[in-house]
Amino acid sequence: MAEPGVSATTAKNAMISGHFSDDFDCLVFEDVSRYFGRMRALSHVSFSCTAGEIVGVLGPNGAGKSTLLALASTLITPSAGGIRYGNQGTHERGGNVRANIGMLSHDTQLYPELTARENLQFFAGLFGVQDPASCTEAALSRSALRGRGDEPVMKFSRGMRQRLALERALIHDPKLVLLDEPFTGLDDLSSKSLANRLRGLRENGRIILLTTHDFEAAEGLLDRAALLWDGELLNVEPVTGSLRDHYVNHTGKVAGTAKVSR
Amino acid sequence: MTATRFIRVAWLIVKKDLTIEARSRELVLTTLFFAVSCVLVFAFGFVRDQNPIGEAAAGILWIAIAFAGTLALGRAFERERYHDVLHALLLAPADRPAIYIGKLLAVICLLAVVEIIIVPLISLFFQTPIFRHPWLLGLLLACGTLGFASVGTLFAAMLVRARSRDVLLPVLLYPITIPVIIAGVRGTVLLLQPEVDVIMVRAWIGMLVFFDVVFITLSLWTFEPLMTD
Amino acid sequence: MIASRWFPVLAVIAMVFFAGAPLMIARAPYESTMGLVQKIFYFHVPAWIAMFLAAFVCGISSAIYLFKGKKLADHLAVAAAELTILFGLIGLVTGPLWARKAWGLWWQWDARLTSALILWMIFVAYQLLRQYGGPGSDKLAAGMALFGMANVPFVYWSVNVWRTIHPTTNVVPTLVPGMSEAFFWCSAAFILMFILTLSARVKLECHRAAIDRLYLSLDD
Repeated sequence: MAEPGVSATTAKNAMISGHFSDDFDCLVFEDVSRYFGRMRALSHVSFSCTAGEIVGVLGPNGAGKSTLLALASTLITPSAGGIRYGNQGTHERGGNVRANIGMLSHDTQLYPELTARENLQFFAGLFGVQDPASCTEAALSRSALRGRGDEPVMKFSRGMRQRLALERALIHDPKLVLLDEPFTGLDDLSSKSLANRLRGLRENGRIILLTTHDFEAAEGLLDRAALLWDGELLNVEPVTGSLRDHYVNHTGKVAGTAKVSR
Repeated sequence: MTATRFIRVAWLIVKKDLTIEARSRELVLTTLFFAVSCVLVFAFGFVRDQNPIGEAAAGILWIAIAFAGTLALGRAFERERYHDVLHALLLAPADRPAIYIGKLLAVICLLAVVEIIIVPLISLFFQTPIFRHPWLLGLLLACGTLGFASVGTLFAAMLVRARSRDVLLPVLLYPITIPVIIAGVRGTVLLLQPEVDVIMVRAWIGMLVFFDVVFITLSLWTFEPLMTD
Repeated sequence: MIASRWFPVLAVIAMVFFAGAPLMIARAPYESTMGLVQKIFYFHVPAWIAMFLAAFVCGISSAIYLFKGKKLADHLAVAAAELTILFGLIGLVTGPLWARKAWGLWWQWDARLTSALILWMIFVAYQLLRQYGGPGSDKLAAGMALFGMANVPFVYWSVNVWRTIHPTTNVVPTLVPGMSEAFFWCSAAFILMFILTLSARVKLECHRAAIDRLYLSLDD
């Protein structure tokens, strides 16, 4: 249960309809593996992220990045190993943990027939936000969509949908923010705006885990980079200097070895 | 606390589905049209002396409901599968069975609209006095539709992530809902007789109520394990 | 399931039972109205008994797999579902053969036969789901089996009430003393065969799962 002494956490918990949800400071993967029949998506992955950092998950296509995020979001359960939310060892995957997780996935996860405002209000209510109306207005202003709040989402461009989807993922101010390729389809201005937003979340003590192919957009954003190759975690190290160089340095060794790629 | 959260989430989902439906009218119109076509096809299929058979009316009504219902269920969940919205719903903090209840109520509203049109139509085509006992008929239709939809909503939800889901939904649904069809058809036939055996009709309604209770409970119980991977 | 050393012993016993079955059946007295044809009953009813046993095993193990996640329960459910279909098929073929000779009709919607047919179809649907549902269909099929089990009383009640409107001849005659020995002999033979085939099929599933695990650990 939530520590009563910290005022920020209690204030946030009160926001979730007066019901205490489990708050946590870190996300820990303990020897997690996930198989689909004979196909190994992830193999013996162990790492942890703490509050106030942005961790990037990098790797080629098919390395298991999306699976890792899906596991962190509790949508899939591990075939072996466990995932801990917080130091108290909360393996419990109930609604209390979900209240603190926000995920932006590949698909926009928005209803095309509803307007932007209706979409946000629906998800705000669903995630237990105390005042859905004002949260929705704030979210619309943040994503510069206020003028188009009453248009159905199917009329939006790809970039607008992505911005709205980000607001949807963050509407309940989650502790753990998971983003799957968030920079896809965003123009330069939006990418910078997203990066600043994530930095702001980091200052607020959120745990941010994202996957990306776009080294330019993520330049200078990541604190640490987790490198996945073929379902295995190569290393998780702080990023110093250019992200592309960091990636090439660490994966170059693996690509060069006699490891047969499947 | 969790009870109000449950009801709130279910209500949000019903409202959302009805809003989408009111705006696009896709499901209502296509399902309604399909149900009417069904009735026509069966009316042409069962003929005696170049006229549709009056006794077939009860059976045709329930078959049309079953077929239209299967179509509506498939489309209702296709909406959640498109753009992967179902996963966003599953991430909500509320108990997952609330999603089931919300979708169930939305599907029932849709089928109610279809039935309100189909029943008078059948009375017209087959010249059957189907409205002599409107309350009993209404109760029979309500309990039967609820039974069919309760199993159908669960199966449609669990098949969202399966292959061949379009054909597997009817394959799984029809054997399980045979008791509902039997009860519905027998009850309706009894209501069409000149001398209505009210006790027997009540017995069929009783079985349907029992069916509804058992299968809604079972669905609520199994929804969470069936939706998690 | 059954330890390897017992398997051949039980297999031999089962073969003895089946070899002796024709003798037992021949010794049993003729039924008054139907004569020789009635003797198909000695295979027909035990086949149904085996089918219901298999369906029951499938339902219970599906529930265990769904709520507890034990892999062995899933193997058991797969094997039991296949056997439900097999024994049900035997019952469904022998039933009409009997009905044709005894009453001149291939199928006359007898309450018990119809209920059994519906249950059989539920398990055929289970098998179709497992085969064509893609990955993750093991859990979905477990849900289907559970719903099928819950449905049995409703199917039986509704078909029964439906049929009493059109009364038919009683399919299963009362057991005269001379008949009961043959009946129990054949029932024992079928149940034994059920247990043996179930055991062999479960073992096959366990081996298949072990191969998958080995495949996965290949790169560790």
